[in-house]
Amino acid sequence: MVQPYCLVYEMRESHIMKIHYGTALAAVGLVAVHILMRMADGYHESLEFANVLANYQFIPYAGLLEIILILLSIHGFNGLRVILLELHQGRSYEKAVSYGCVAGMVALIAYGSRTIVMANMGMI
Amino acid sequence: MSDTVKLRIRRSATDDFDEFTIPVQKWTTILECILYAKYKIDHSIAVRYSCRQATCGSCGMKINGKPSLACFTKVSEIDGDTITVEPMANFPVIRDLAVKFDRLFKNHRDIIPYMNNDPPDSSRMHLQSPEELDRFIQFANCIKCGLCNSACPTMATDTSFTGPQALAQAYRYVADSRDKDKDKRLRIIDDSHGIWRCHFAGSCSQVCPKGVDPAMGIQLLRGYMLGLND
Ligand code: SF4
Ligand code: FES
Repeated sequence: MVQPYCLVYEMRESHIMKIHYGTALAAVGLVAVHILMRMADGYHESLEFANVLANYQFIPYAGLLEIILILLSIHGFNGLRVILLELHQGRSYEKAVSYGCVAGMVALIAYGSRTIVMANMGMI
Repeated sequence: MSDTVKLRIRRSATDDFDEFTIPVQKWTTILECILYAKYKIDHSIAVRYSCRQATCGSCGMKINGKPSLACFTKVSEIDGDTITVEPMANFPVIRDLAVKFDRLFKNHRDIIPYMNNDPPDSSRMHLQSPEELDRFIQFANCIKCGLCNSACPTMATDTSFTGPQALAQAYRYVADSRDKDKDKRLRIIDDSHGIWRCHFAGSCSQVCPKGVDPAMGIQLLRGYMLGLND
Protein backbone atom coordinates (compact mmCIF):
# COMPACT_ATOMS: atom_id res chain seq x y z
CA MET A 1 0.00 0.00 0.00
CA VAL A 2 1.27 3.48 -0.80
CA GLN A 3 1.74 5.47 2.36
CA PRO A 4 0.19 8.95 2.19
CA TYR A 5 3.38 10.68 3.44
CA CYS A 6 5.42 9.02 0.70
CA LEU A 7 2.86 10.20 -1.80
CA VAL A 8 3.38 13.79 -0.71
CA TYR A 9 7.17 13.41 -0.68
CA GLU A 10 7.13 12.04 -4.22
CA MET A 11 4.70 14.62 -5.62
CA ARG A 12 5.95 16.76 -8.49
CA GLU A 13 7.04 20.19 -7.29
CA SER A 14 4.80 21.89 -9.87
CA HIS A 15 1.74 20.13 -8.43
CA ILE A 16 2.69 21.19 -4.91
CA MET A 17 3.25 24.78 -6.05
CA LYS A 18 -0.07 24.86 -7.91
CA ILE A 19 -1.72 23.84 -4.64
CA HIS A 20 0.40 26.48 -2.84
CA TYR A 21 -0.74 29.29 -5.15
CA GLY A 22 -4.34 28.01 -5.27
CA THR A 23 -4.66 27.86 -1.48
CA ALA A 24 -3.22 31.39 -1.21
CA LEU A 25 -5.73 32.81 -3.70
CA ALA A 26 -8.66 30.98 -2.14
CA ALA A 27 -7.60 32.00 1.38
CA VAL A 28 -7.38 35.69 0.36
CA GLY A 29 -10.94 35.49 -0.99
CA LEU A 30 -12.38 33.66 2.02
CA VAL A 31 -10.54 35.77 4.61
CA ALA A 32 -11.98 38.84 2.85
CA VAL A 33 -15.49 37.34 3.29
CA HIS A 34 -14.66 36.61 6.94
CA ILE A 35 -13.53 40.22 7.57
CA LEU A 36 -16.56 41.64 5.75
CA MET A 37 -18.84 39.56 7.95
CA ARG A 38 -17.05 40.93 11.05
CA MET A 39 -17.67 44.43 9.77
CA ALA A 40 -21.32 43.76 9.00
CA ASP A 41 -21.78 42.68 12.62
CA GLY A 42 -20.15 45.80 14.02
CA TYR A 43 -16.48 45.17 14.61
CA HIS A 44 -16.29 45.51 18.42
CA GLU A 45 -19.43 43.53 19.25
CA SER A 46 -18.34 40.82 16.86
CA LEU A 47 -15.41 39.98 19.14
CA GLU A 48 -17.54 39.51 22.23
CA PHE A 49 -17.55 35.96 23.61
CA ALA A 50 -21.25 35.32 23.01
CA ASN A 51 -21.03 36.61 19.44
CA VAL A 52 -17.97 34.53 18.64
CA LEU A 53 -19.71 31.41 19.96
CA ALA A 54 -22.85 32.25 17.99
CA ASN A 55 -20.75 32.45 14.85
CA TYR A 56 -19.30 29.00 15.45
CA GLN A 57 -22.79 27.66 15.94
CA PHE A 58 -23.94 29.05 12.61
CA ILE A 59 -23.03 26.09 10.36
CA PRO A 60 -22.15 28.01 7.12
CA TYR A 61 -19.84 30.31 9.11
CA ALA A 62 -18.22 27.40 10.94
CA GLY A 63 -17.71 25.77 7.52
CA LEU A 64 -16.05 28.94 6.24
CA LEU A 65 -13.66 28.96 9.22
CA GLU A 66 -12.88 25.27 8.70
CA ILE A 67 -12.05 25.85 5.02
CA ILE A 68 -9.84 28.85 5.91
CA LEU A 69 -8.07 26.71 8.51
CA ILE A 70 -7.37 23.97 5.95
CA LEU A 71 -6.23 26.40 3.23
CA LEU A 72 -3.90 28.34 5.51
CA SER A 73 -2.46 25.19 7.08
CA ILE A 74 -1.62 23.72 3.67
CA HIS A 75 -0.20 27.02 2.40
CA GLY A 76 1.69 27.84 5.59
CA PHE A 77 3.30 24.45 6.09
CA ASN A 78 4.33 24.23 2.46
CA GLY A 79 5.88 27.71 2.81
CA LEU A 80 7.76 26.47 5.87
CA ARG A 81 8.90 23.38 3.92
CA VAL A 82 10.26 25.61 1.13
CA ILE A 83 12.13 27.84 3.60
CA LEU A 84 13.66 24.82 5.35
CA LEU A 85 14.67 23.19 2.05
CA GLU A 86 16.51 26.34 1.06
CA LEU A 87 18.20 26.61 4.42
CA HIS A 88 19.88 23.24 4.38
CA GLN A 89 20.17 20.31 1.94
CA GLY A 90 20.58 16.55 2.16
CA ARG A 91 18.33 13.62 1.35
CA SER A 92 17.41 12.56 4.88
CA TYR A 93 17.04 16.18 6.04
CA GLU A 94 14.71 16.93 3.13
CA LYS A 95 12.66 13.80 3.79
CA ALA A 96 12.37 14.75 7.47
CA VAL A 97 11.30 18.29 6.53
CA SER A 98 8.64 17.04 4.11
CA TYR A 99 7.24 14.46 6.54
CA GLY A 100 7.48 16.91 9.45
CA CYS A 101 5.57 19.60 7.58
CA VAL A 102 2.81 17.18 6.54
CA ALA A 103 2.55 15.97 10.15
CA GLY A 104 2.46 19.56 11.44
CA MET A 105 -0.22 20.46 8.92
CA VAL A 106 -2.38 17.46 9.84
CA ALA A 107 -1.95 18.17 13.56
CA LEU A 108 -2.90 21.83 13.19
CA ILE A 109 -5.96 21.02 11.07
CA ALA A 110 -7.02 18.34 13.56
CA TYR A 111 -6.59 20.65 16.56
CA GLY A 112 -8.34 23.60 14.86
CA SER A 113 -11.19 21.38 13.62
CA ARG A 114 -11.65 20.02 17.14
CA THR A 115 -12.07 23.60 18.42
CA ILE A 116 -14.54 24.45 15.65
CA VAL A 117 -16.58 21.27 16.20
CA MET A 118 -16.63 21.70 20.00
CA ALA A 119 -17.73 25.33 19.73
CA ASN A 120 -20.31 24.37 17.14
CA MET A 121 -21.78 21.70 19.40
CA GLY A 122 -21.91 24.05 22.38
CA MET A 123 -19.21 22.18 24.29
CA ILE A 124 -17.26 25.37 25.11
CA MET B 1 39.94 61.12 -13.15
CA SER B 2 43.37 60.73 -11.56
CA ASP B 3 46.35 59.00 -13.22
CA THR B 4 46.47 56.19 -10.69
CA VAL B 5 43.98 54.06 -8.80
CA LYS B 6 44.27 52.01 -5.66
CA LEU B 7 43.54 48.37 -6.53
CA ARG B 8 42.57 46.11 -3.60
CA ILE B 9 42.65 42.39 -4.37
CA ARG B 10 41.22 39.79 -2.00
CA ARG B 11 43.95 37.15 -1.48
CA SER B 12 42.88 33.65 -0.50
CA ALA B 13 46.11 32.82 1.34
CA THR B 14 45.67 35.59 3.91
CA ASP B 15 41.90 36.12 3.53
CA ASP B 16 42.69 39.80 3.39
CA PHE B 17 43.21 42.50 0.78
CA ASP B 18 46.53 43.40 -0.85
CA GLU B 19 46.74 46.95 -2.17
CA PHE B 20 48.45 48.08 -5.36
CA THR B 21 48.82 51.50 -6.97
CA ILE B 22 48.13 51.17 -10.69
CA PRO B 23 48.68 53.79 -13.44
CA VAL B 24 45.54 54.10 -15.57
CA GLN B 25 44.00 55.89 -18.51
CA LYS B 26 40.30 56.34 -18.97
CA TRP B 27 39.96 53.28 -21.20
CA THR B 28 41.91 50.99 -18.85
CA THR B 29 39.85 47.97 -17.80
CA ILE B 30 39.83 46.35 -14.37
CA LEU B 31 41.36 43.23 -15.92
CA GLU B 32 44.27 45.34 -17.22
CA CYS B 33 44.76 46.78 -13.72
CA ILE B 34 44.90 43.26 -12.24
CA LEU B 35 47.30 42.07 -14.96
CA TYR B 36 49.53 45.13 -14.35
CA ALA B 37 49.71 44.19 -10.67
CA LYS B 38 50.38 40.54 -11.58
CA TYR B 39 53.13 41.24 -14.16
CA LYS B 40 54.87 44.18 -12.49
CA ILE B 41 54.32 43.77 -8.74
CA ASP B 42 53.16 40.34 -7.57
CA HIS B 43 53.31 37.32 -9.91
CA SER B 44 51.38 35.14 -7.48
CA ILE B 45 48.01 36.82 -8.06
CA ALA B 46 45.59 34.22 -9.48
CA VAL B 47 43.07 35.45 -12.05
CA ARG B 48 41.28 33.68 -14.90
CA TYR B 49 40.78 35.37 -18.26
CA SER B 50 41.06 34.63 -21.95
CA CYS B 51 39.29 36.70 -24.62
CA ARG B 52 39.47 40.17 -22.99
CA GLN B 53 36.31 41.11 -24.90
CA ALA B 54 33.33 39.82 -22.89
CA THR B 55 33.02 36.67 -24.97
CA CYS B 56 34.60 33.75 -23.12
CA GLY B 57 32.97 34.37 -19.71
CA SER B 58 36.18 33.66 -17.76
CA CYS B 59 36.87 36.86 -15.87
CA GLY B 60 33.79 37.23 -13.65
CA MET B 61 34.49 38.67 -10.20
CA LYS B 62 33.03 41.09 -7.67
CA ILE B 63 34.14 44.62 -8.52
CA ASN B 64 33.32 47.04 -5.73
CA GLY B 65 30.79 44.51 -4.50
CA LYS B 66 28.97 43.95 -7.81
CA PRO B 67 29.42 40.79 -9.91
CA SER B 68 30.98 42.03 -13.18
CA LEU B 69 33.31 41.00 -15.99
CA ALA B 70 36.76 42.49 -15.30
CA CYS B 71 37.53 42.83 -19.03
CA PHE B 72 34.24 44.63 -19.65
CA THR B 73 34.42 47.14 -16.80
CA LYS B 74 36.49 50.27 -17.29
CA VAL B 75 38.18 52.20 -14.50
CA SER B 76 36.30 55.30 -15.68
CA GLU B 77 32.98 53.59 -14.82
CA ILE B 78 33.99 53.24 -11.17
CA ASP B 79 33.12 55.93 -8.60
CA GLY B 80 36.24 57.09 -6.73
CA ASP B 81 39.86 56.00 -7.05
CA THR B 82 39.67 52.77 -5.10
CA ILE B 83 38.78 49.52 -6.84
CA THR B 84 38.12 46.43 -4.74
CA VAL B 85 38.08 43.07 -6.48
CA GLU B 86 36.98 39.80 -4.88
CA PRO B 87 36.13 36.32 -6.16
CA MET B 88 32.50 35.78 -7.20
CA ALA B 89 30.14 34.86 -4.38
CA ASN B 90 28.36 31.46 -4.49
CA PHE B 91 31.38 29.76 -6.12
CA PRO B 92 34.14 27.86 -4.29
CA VAL B 93 37.44 29.75 -4.56
CA ILE B 94 40.41 27.99 -6.19
CA ARG B 95 42.79 30.84 -5.45
CA ASP B 96 42.44 34.61 -5.17
CA LEU B 97 40.04 35.63 -7.98
CA ALA B 98 39.78 32.24 -9.70
CA VAL B 99 36.70 30.20 -8.77
CA LYS B 100 35.43 26.70 -9.54
CA PHE B 101 32.71 26.38 -12.18
CA ASP B 102 31.87 22.68 -11.60
CA ARG B 103 28.36 23.32 -10.23
CA LEU B 104 27.48 25.81 -12.97
CA PHE B 105 28.64 23.44 -15.72
CA LYS B 106 26.88 20.44 -14.15
CA ASN B 107 23.57 22.31 -13.84
CA HIS B 108 24.01 23.59 -17.39
CA ARG B 109 24.65 20.05 -18.72
CA ASP B 110 21.67 18.68 -16.75
CA ILE B 111 19.10 20.78 -18.61
CA ILE B 112 20.16 19.26 -22.00
CA PRO B 113 21.68 22.43 -23.49
CA TYR B 114 21.45 21.41 -27.13
CA MET B 115 18.76 20.98 -29.72
CA ASN B 116 17.26 17.54 -30.25
CA ASN B 117 15.43 16.93 -33.48
CA ASP B 118 15.39 14.51 -36.39
CA PRO B 119 17.30 15.66 -39.45
CA PRO B 120 15.07 17.63 -41.85
CA ASP B 121 13.61 15.68 -44.79
CA SER B 122 15.56 17.44 -47.49
CA SER B 123 18.95 19.09 -47.40
CA ARG B 124 17.34 22.23 -45.96
CA MET B 125 17.89 23.43 -42.41
CA HIS B 126 15.03 23.32 -39.89
CA LEU B 127 12.86 26.28 -40.74
CA GLN B 128 12.01 28.94 -38.17
CA SER B 129 10.16 32.21 -38.56
CA PRO B 130 11.62 35.50 -37.24
CA GLU B 131 8.83 35.54 -34.61
CA GLU B 132 9.79 32.07 -33.41
CA LEU B 133 13.43 33.15 -33.22
CA ASP B 134 12.51 36.27 -31.24
CA ARG B 135 11.08 34.12 -28.45
CA PHE B 136 14.51 32.88 -27.34
CA ILE B 137 17.30 34.67 -29.21
CA GLN B 138 18.40 36.94 -26.33
CA PHE B 139 18.93 33.83 -24.19
CA ALA B 140 21.31 32.41 -26.79
CA ASN B 141 23.71 35.26 -25.92
CA CYS B 142 24.68 33.65 -22.60
CA ILE B 143 28.46 33.22 -22.26
CA LYS B 144 28.29 31.08 -19.07
CA CYS B 145 30.18 33.67 -17.05
CA GLY B 146 28.24 32.81 -13.87
CA LEU B 147 27.61 36.42 -12.80
CA CYS B 148 23.87 35.72 -12.51
CA ASN B 149 24.48 32.71 -10.25
CA SER B 150 26.84 34.83 -8.17
CA ALA B 151 24.18 37.54 -7.68
CA CYS B 152 21.34 35.11 -6.90
CA PRO B 153 20.28 35.06 -3.22
CA THR B 154 18.83 31.53 -3.50
CA MET B 155 22.18 30.21 -4.77
CA ALA B 156 23.74 31.53 -1.55
CA THR B 157 21.75 29.21 0.71
CA ASP B 158 20.50 26.38 -1.51
CA THR B 159 23.48 24.37 -2.70
CA SER B 160 21.25 22.19 -4.90
CA PHE B 161 19.42 25.04 -6.69
CA THR B 162 19.61 24.84 -10.49
CA GLY B 163 20.42 28.55 -10.69
CA PRO B 164 19.44 31.34 -13.09
CA GLN B 165 22.08 30.47 -15.69
CA ALA B 166 20.84 26.91 -16.27
CA LEU B 167 17.18 27.90 -15.95
CA ALA B 168 17.61 30.64 -18.55
CA GLN B 169 19.22 28.09 -20.86
CA ALA B 170 16.38 25.64 -20.18
CA TYR B 171 14.01 28.37 -21.39
CA ARG B 172 16.23 29.03 -24.43
CA TYR B 173 15.72 25.42 -25.65
CA VAL B 174 12.14 24.98 -24.42
CA ALA B 175 11.09 28.04 -26.42
CA ASP B 176 12.95 26.91 -29.55
CA SER B 177 10.31 25.73 -32.03
CA ARG B 178 12.79 23.30 -33.62
CA ASP B 179 13.45 21.33 -30.45
CA LYS B 180 11.65 18.14 -29.35
CA ASP B 181 12.90 17.75 -25.77
CA LYS B 182 10.65 20.39 -24.18
CA ASP B 183 8.78 17.97 -21.88
CA LYS B 184 11.98 16.25 -20.80
CA ARG B 185 13.56 19.59 -19.85
CA LEU B 186 10.44 20.77 -18.01
CA ARG B 187 10.49 17.55 -15.99
CA ILE B 188 14.16 18.06 -15.09
CA ILE B 189 13.64 21.55 -13.69
CA ASP B 190 10.39 20.55 -11.93
CA ASP B 191 12.34 19.55 -8.84
CA SER B 192 12.30 20.64 -5.20
CA HIS B 193 15.51 22.59 -5.96
CA GLY B 194 14.51 23.58 -9.48
CA ILE B 195 12.56 26.42 -11.02
CA TRP B 196 10.16 26.92 -8.09
CA ARG B 197 12.94 28.03 -5.76
CA CYS B 198 13.38 31.32 -7.68
CA HIS B 199 11.88 34.15 -5.60
CA PHE B 200 12.18 36.69 -8.40
CA ALA B 201 14.76 38.90 -6.69
CA GLY B 202 15.79 39.84 -10.24
CA SER B 203 19.45 40.39 -9.32
CA CYS B 204 20.53 37.90 -12.02
CA SER B 205 19.15 40.13 -14.76
CA GLN B 206 20.71 43.25 -13.20
CA VAL B 207 24.25 41.90 -13.50
CA CYS B 208 24.18 40.03 -16.82
CA PRO B 209 26.78 41.63 -19.13
CA LYS B 210 25.18 40.20 -22.28
CA GLY B 211 21.66 41.59 -21.91
CA VAL B 212 20.17 38.20 -21.07
CA ASP B 213 17.21 38.45 -18.69
CA PRO B 214 17.30 35.17 -16.73
CA ALA B 215 14.59 36.36 -14.31
CA MET B 216 12.19 36.82 -17.23
CA GLY B 217 13.20 33.46 -18.72
CA ILE B 218 12.36 31.78 -15.41
CA GLN B 219 8.92 33.43 -15.27
CA LEU B 220 8.24 32.42 -18.88
CA LEU B 221 9.28 28.85 -18.05
CA ARG B 222 6.85 28.89 -15.13
CA GLY B 223 4.17 29.83 -17.64
CA TYR B 224 4.94 26.55 -19.45
CA MET B 225 4.80 24.60 -16.18
CA LEU B 226 1.46 26.15 -15.21
CA GLY B 227 0.05 25.47 -18.67
CA LEU B 228 -0.16 29.17 -19.65
CA ASN B 229 2.29 28.75 -22.58
CA ASP B 230 2.62 25.82 -24.92
S1 SF4 C 1 22.78 34.68 -18.21
FE1 SF4 C 1 24.20 36.45 -18.37
S2 SF4 C 1 25.16 36.58 -16.34
FE2 SF4 C 1 24.23 34.52 -16.48
S3 SF4 C 1 25.90 33.20 -17.20
FE3 SF4 C 1 24.75 33.88 -19.01
S4 SF4 C 1 25.84 35.72 -19.71
FE4 SF4 C 1 26.55 35.33 -17.63
S1 FES D 1 38.31 37.65 -20.52
FE1 FES D 1 36.73 36.68 -21.68
S2 FES D 1 34.93 37.51 -20.82
FE2 FES D 1 36.49 38.63 -19.81
